[in-house]
Amino acid sequence: MRKWASLEESVIRAFFLTCGILAVLVLVGIFATLLSTAVPAFKEIHLSEFLLKKNWDPTSPEKAEYGILSMIVSTLMVTGGALLLAVPIGIGVAAYLSDVAHWRVREIVKPIVEILAGIPSVVVGFLGIVLFGPAIAKIFHIGNGLNAVNGSVLLAIMSLPTIISISEDALNAVPQAYGEASLALGASRWQTLFRVKVPAALSGIIAACMLGMGRAIGETMTVLMATGNARAFPHGFLSSVRTMTANVAIELGEVPYDTTHYYALFAIGLVLFVMTFIVNLVADVILRKYQEREQ
Amino acid sequence: MKQARRKKIAQFLGFFLLRAGLTLVLAILLLFLYDIGRKGGGTISWEFLSQAPRKGMTEGGIFPAIFGTFLVTLITAILAVPLGMCAAIYLNEYATQGRLTRLIRLSIRNLSGVPSIVYGLFGVILFVNIMRFGTSVLSAGLTLGLMTLPWTITASEEALKTVPNSYREGALALGATKWQSIRTNVLPYAVPGMLTGTVLGLARAAGETAPILFTGAAFFLPYLPKSLGDQFMALPYHLYIMATQHHQIEQVRPIAYGTALVLIVLVLGMNMTAVVIRYRLRRKRR
Repeated sequence: MRKWASLEESVIRAFFLTCGILAVLVLVGIFATLLSTAVPAFKEIHLSEFLLKKNWDPTSPEKAEYGILSMIVSTLMVTGGALLLAVPIGIGVAAYLSDVAHWRVREIVKPIVEILAGIPSVVVGFLGIVLFGPAIAKIFHIGNGLNAVNGSVLLAIMSLPTIISISEDALNAVPQAYGEASLALGASRWQTLFRVKVPAALSGIIAACMLGMGRAIGETMTVLMATGNARAFPHGFLSSVRTMTANVAIELGEVPYDTTHYYALFAIGLVLFVMTFIVNLVADVILRKYQEREQ
Repeated sequence: MKQARRKKIAQFLGFFLLRAGLTLVLAILLLFLYDIGRKGGGTISWEFLSQAPRKGMTEGGIFPAIFGTFLVTLITAILAVPLGMCAAIYLNEYATQGRLTRLIRLSIRNLSGVPSIVYGLFGVILFVNIMRFGTSVLSAGLTLGLMTLPWTITASEEALKTVPNSYREGALALGATKWQSIRTNVLPYAVPGMLTGTVLGLARAAGETAPILFTGAAFFLPYLPKSLGDQFMALPYHLYIMATQHHQIEQVRPIAYGTALVLIVLVLGMNMTAVVIRYRLRRKRR
């Protein structure tokens, strides 16, 4: 009787454990499938050519070219531009919510920020076409507004909720004594906020920005719709760019199976995976360290 | 004196800037909702919601896309909700501090940061090619399900954490086994919270486009999917096509706006339902 019960218990435990381990398997599985599908591409392409050449022209009748440097630069440009906008605004809003705002304002604003996070990326991309595109074209006197600036603005909007909510958590975790000591020494609330509290929460804020960056690097639909997708090497923020994500989205649907081009697209996916993995891992390590220190 | 005044002015300007930042964020959100609400609202009619596209998608409605999104989200839920709950039960109830637990948690956190298009690539290989489900609503649903999994695990664990330890200990003290204590004393209190958390994850999945691009979403289908092996139309993909791929882009703009409105109402509606239920649960518990 006893024995059966304990057997049943261990079977149930094993079942739940399997579900937990599934998460590990999915992560390893993603990496393994990307890697194994990307490897055949490098029978024909040199790794250095792949990462360092600017030209991507896999369907050229004379000589197919597989350089993704333009796409990497485009991705970094759009992401960088997004962070340039989103980091100061995000930290500012987080600081305001955690320190200045009345609690009622906070109770109202927090769900609203969550709503912003809930808007599907394809809708944001659509608004990039119909709202921001024409506006950018008018401001900079250019033919159309589908370019890196547009993508940066949209990605900034999309990464703001992440940056705001995690930065605010970090600011709220700063011990009250820090702020009180600063005020007692005669500092103003503003000085206390930006010279004491923000520096004290800095590691959490950096992690927040990195998580926002990870989202921006991997975002597909928004940039696909709003940046114009020209293959050429970008010459500035007003030129049309094609990010790695957008290139995969554009070409995977048309590429014949079992060709170098097909495998090369998975290689781009692998580069994306590795980039976001590193960014997220670093953010994760910072956040863990920070929480351990708190305890 | 002078210094004190400068300090005051700096603070005034600083707080003003912060307030301006917050106003900007709120204004952008309002602008989004207003623009889509105003221009999409005119398109919405019973016909738009209940009929299929006609005349090369320049007329008619979006019913197949609504149906497809509903169907694919259902498959997503069937995969991600139970698995997410079970994984969360392991992590919160069974797991001990150790290397394996750390590895599982690390994987979950990193999975939630994997780009959605990468999930799409994974789905193409695993579900479309290896498992031979083809480009179908099943492949797309399973791909979205894997993407949603880390969110449902995290949300379910949050719900389990809110159950006081005394509930577990009470059952164990009466001689119940671990599973009996979880089943009778933990889950009844945690399941509503787990469900609301997972609805938030499903709402995000319903609005995703990149993972379904190559795993089953179709440009246009004159019929509804008859089986899980068929392709399907989906709201987010339909919006993408109407906004960028259609050959008469200006003419179909109202349809694109209407689709965007329906999609936003669907996703935010799911969000708000979850938030309202969560709020009620919290009040009831007090």
